[in-house]
Amino acid sequence: MTVLAVSNLSKRYRRGGKPFAAVDDVSFEIGPAETLALAGPSGSGKSTIARLALRLLEPDAGRIQFEGADFLALSGAALRARRARLQMVFQDPLAAFNPRSIVARVLDDPLRIHGIASRSERPRRIAALLERVGLDAGLAARAIHEISGGQRQRVAIARAIATRPSLIVLDEAVSALDVSVRGQILELLLDLQRQERIAYLFISHDLGVIRAVAHRIVILDAGRVAESGDARTVIASPQSAIGKALVAATPRLNRIKTP
Amino acid sequence: MTALLSIRDLTVRYRRGGVEVTALKGISLDVEAGERLAIIGESGSGKSTLALAIARLLARSARVGGTIEWSASLLQKSQSVTPPSGLPAISPARGEIGSLVAGSPSATLETGESRDDGLISPLAGEMPGRVEGGVPERRPSAIGDNNIPLLGRDIGFVFQDPSSSLDPVMPVGKQIAEVARTHLNLAWADAYAKAKTLLERVRLPDPEAALRACPHQLSGGQKQRVAIAAAIAAGPKLLIADEATSALDTIVQAEIVSLIRGLVTEDGMTLAFISHDIALAATLAERIAVLRHGELIELGETDQILNAPRHAYTRTLLDAHLGLDAKPLLDRQGASA
Repeated sequence: MTVLAVSNLSKRYRRGGKPFAAVDDVSFEIGPAETLALAGPSGSGKSTIARLALRLLEPDAGRIQFEGADFLALSGAALRARRARLQMVFQDPLAAFNPRSIVARVLDDPLRIHGIASRSERPRRIAALLERVGLDAGLAARAIHEISGGQRQRVAIARAIATRPSLIVLDEAVSALDVSVRGQILELLLDLQRQERIAYLFISHDLGVIRAVAHRIVILDAGRVAESGDARTVIASPQSAIGKALVAATPRLNRIKTP
Repeated sequence: MTALLSIRDLTVRYRRGGVEVTALKGISLDVEAGERLAIIGESGSGKSTLALAIARLLARSARVGGTIEWSASLLQKSQSVTPPSGLPAISPARGEIGSLVAGSPSATLETGESRDDGLISPLAGEMPGRVEGGVPERRPSAIGDNNIPLLGRDIGFVFQDPSSSLDPVMPVGKQIAEVARTHLNLAWADAYAKAKTLLERVRLPDPEAALRACPHQLSGGQKQRVAIAAAIAAGPKLLIADEATSALDTIVQAEIVSLIRGLVTEDGMTLAFISHDIALAATLAERIAVLRHGELIELGETDQILNAPRHAYTRTLLDAHLGLDAKPLLDRQGASA
């Protein structure tokens, strides 16, 4: 069973008057509780694929099956209902929220819009969501702009899991975080995946992070799949030119091994 | 080695939302002439404030204590290429700062306190505000004493976001030529020739065409190459790169790091490489300074920092690095799908 199946997906833009393929005949599948990483240099099509998968953009060609249904055929109420199962977390949580909002409001919205909890029930659900992502329930009354970047990304994750999704698209979701915070957020994501069987489409330019959390990897170059496979196998011995370049460019800590 | 600059007991405080924030606390550090020094830390560590303090780009409202002293003899060598500009020698006004740093016994500031509107380097006005909290005004660079460095001439500064450090409507050739013209006193034609050479040196494809390109016509990596060309145009003694590769993808990052290494070696520049990424810093630096919450936690040779860190925090940073040889978190949790 697959959660998301993308086949022969293409998206073209015009750049400087000339057509250019941002995504060119891309296919992949993600199973339940699986993390599939999309890697590649800037402009390789990673974020365009994320936007296509979320239907924030419409493809020129290709199919998207989500939870067994033709996702591209959905519209109106059916699309809105299905979208509850497909969530997203972006790189910059400050840009992802209304900056004047408070944490409780951010989490109240999905619960209300998707009819998940009644008005009287929602404060309790919000507290539970905050605790689930490792935040104090007392944070609910705080403004989005006054909490730290790591806390904000936890709130973004809480918002994403509020609608009990089967898939979360994580677009460079840990790239802007300090390394110490990054580790904690990755642990949280893995824990949620284990508990709730959530699948992740994990977009990152950082092979070290991908190797730490992803089961499989798709390496993109100029909109096309350059290679794909088991994340650790591909990173240990990349076959494509772009895969080799990405591995070679990843900074290494030349530490003498200590016990 | 000789110190190009000596930082002693440097303290910087900002006011942010009515609250005073101490960005740097009593930093003492020598930057050796010709070395590649990395200054690393997480957000809020003060690493960018330190870079701005060295470049004398701190906001006017910043309260600064301590000293940053430059080696006069090393600076004069770079100044000999600058013909007299006809500007009067300005003696720094000291009164104001003294009261601002009351409470600190060594409350003199050699470099940061001159408020005189002296020469402002063409770059200075274009620099984006990277000071957290956003500060509208910059402390202008003054010249006068020989041991007061001038941004653009003695210090080249490369910021994280080239889109905000470059003028969006000025051809990049002119932006680079302007630096050469101002600080090397070249005629425009010579300054443009110099700009073209610099674009070749930073390995921009088709430098002749790039001279006439505006920043938006270039990719992120190409823009950063242009920013580097402008930063080194006057042959500065010190190149400061503040998260200069953080917005770039891994492959372009590796290219820019290798470019910076080549340029500082060829020109005998001193490099201050500011980064949040200890692994990246280690690929470039001979020494690493680790900052945390505004304090200098540890300073040592790269090898020592990586293999025998003295401070637990340095060890935490090293352990948090997810390298290609790290044990995957998936395994650590004992769960795999």
